[in-house]
Amino acid sequence: MNKILYFDNHSTTPCDPRVVEAMVPYLSELYGNAASRSHQFGWDARDAVENARIQIADLIGAKEKEIVFTSGATESNNLAIKGVANYFTRNKGKVGHIITPVTEHKAVLDSCHALERDGWEVTWLEVNEDGLISLDALKSSLREDTAVVSVMYANNEIGVIQPIAKIGAIVKAFREENKTGTLFHCDAVQALGRVPIDVRASNIDLLSISGHKMYGPKGIGALYVRRGRPRIRLEALIDGGGHERGMRSGTLPVHQIVGLGKAAELAKEDVDSGAIEKVRALRDRLWNGLKENLDELYINGSWEHRLPNNLNVSFAYVEGEAMMMAIKKIACSSGSACTSASLEPSYVLRALGVEVELAHTSIRFGMGRFNTEEEVDWAIDLIVGKVRQLRDMSPLYEMVKAGIDLKSVDWVAH
Amino acid sequence: MAYSDKLVKHFENPQNVGTISSDPNNKEVGTGLVGAPACGDVMKLQLKITDEGIIEDAKFKTFGCGSAIASSSLVTEMVKGRSINEAMSISNREIAKELDLPPVKIHCSVLAEDAIKAAIKDYQKKNQVEQ
Repeated sequence: MNKILYFDNHSTTPCDPRVVEAMVPYLSELYGNAASRSHQFGWDARDAVENARIQIADLIGAKEKEIVFTSGATESNNLAIKGVANYFTRNKGKVGHIITPVTEHKAVLDSCHALERDGWEVTWLEVNEDGLISLDALKSSLREDTAVVSVMYANNEIGVIQPIAKIGAIVKAFREENKTGTLFHCDAVQALGRVPIDVRASNIDLLSISGHKMYGPKGIGALYVRRGRPRIRLEALIDGGGHERGMRSGTLPVHQIVGLGKAAELAKEDVDSGAIEKVRALRDRLWNGLKENLDELYINGSWEHRLPNNLNVSFAYVEGEAMMMAIKKIACSSGSACTSASLEPSYVLRALGVEVELAHTSIRFGMGRFNTEEEVDWAIDLIVGKVRQLRDMSPLYEMVKAGIDLKSVDWVAH
Repeated sequence: MAYSDKLVKHFENPQNVGTISSDPNNKEVGTGLVGAPACGDVMKLQLKITDEGIIEDAKFKTFGCGSAIASSSLVTEMVKGRSINEAMSISNREIAKELDLPPVKIHCSVLAEDAIKAAIKDYQKKNQVEQ
């Protein structure tokens, strides 16, 4: 292989050529401001935006009026959580409570931390070794002053899918029984285009969408905000011209929105047509090739409840960053401390209870629309060869093969 | 991580990988095992030392990142042919400088320096017992 293989589709995805094609006219000729009501440039821009709204709504089973455009899922997560919380406070004159798992994306975790500084209480739900939350723990954490429950559809590191419909049902039942305004927010970034999503059936009130995780451009996303009773009120993070029903001011980036819309349309096709199963087959092919040729491999998180394209595996006794350097012809990522600026291993793996030494050896592969069997077969050969080489260099592998229990060793850490 | 060419070379073509002796009682060989799996860095350095106190051979095995592997590979080159005293005076700064280690990876060179000292200490302990 002359090029670098791209197996890091959880980190970002390439723009589908069809998305780029759809966007270009809105940069070159159709450059009007969608808010310009008085001329054709504006009307054309507005039509394109409204069309994109429909495409995005269709992807998740929503109505187009329920889609708010943002700069990306980080903003959507911030808007959902802080927007709900700040409205709550403004309306009731007090702070309240939030529930979220410890394995959420930083955009959710840090939004919650910011609210904690204002006095909000947060229940951080633990996960089991499969990466799943306990529904009983959720039920018993719900309080009369719980403003929002935020649970991601699928985790970006381990691909594990939470029981979203059950969570939605629990939150809805609690809200109706206790007459609270508790809302269910779902960061669906990693799930879009990979599994079917229906916000009505799952009783989701708010949902975050990202363009660049589904073969669209970076810098654009959306927030689904359910219409209907009980009415959802969000305090905007960004003030200005009152765009997006006052929820998100700022001139709409029409070309970006057109890209997001096209990406959503293609994502829906992937799921509806079964094309996503081809990606699952590639992921399975990769895993089978590795486990047939290597011992001491450990899958991180539930295999059953996992995105079809995710493979997060620990190669015991081989450190993650060294692995990635060794397989530099494959773009992927690691949960090892050495790959993070803070030298802390992945908090998601730690939350699963994965031992620190295995966390250091983890690699995440995210297969995508543009990968091929040829690439996977070549990758298997490379990875197997390099793991064997690195294990030959590993004092830990040597000790384990000699029958030594690593836990019994008195390590002289400095 | 953007590493220096020298570092990449040591990583892709590590020098002196392996084991000199798996017999813990072998008096000619000092073994240093430093670091911890929990930290993501473990180095095993073996030094074969002559009666005159010269390091005749060195071999390493490392569990760790590119910087850790390169640091230990470099160390085996640095100590071969040197006396015990010279090896003991090798500082992590020399290793870090030679490989142009990024600041966040300096600790890998510290561990490599520790490995030398641990291996020599082990050798000396084995040989003092005889005296």
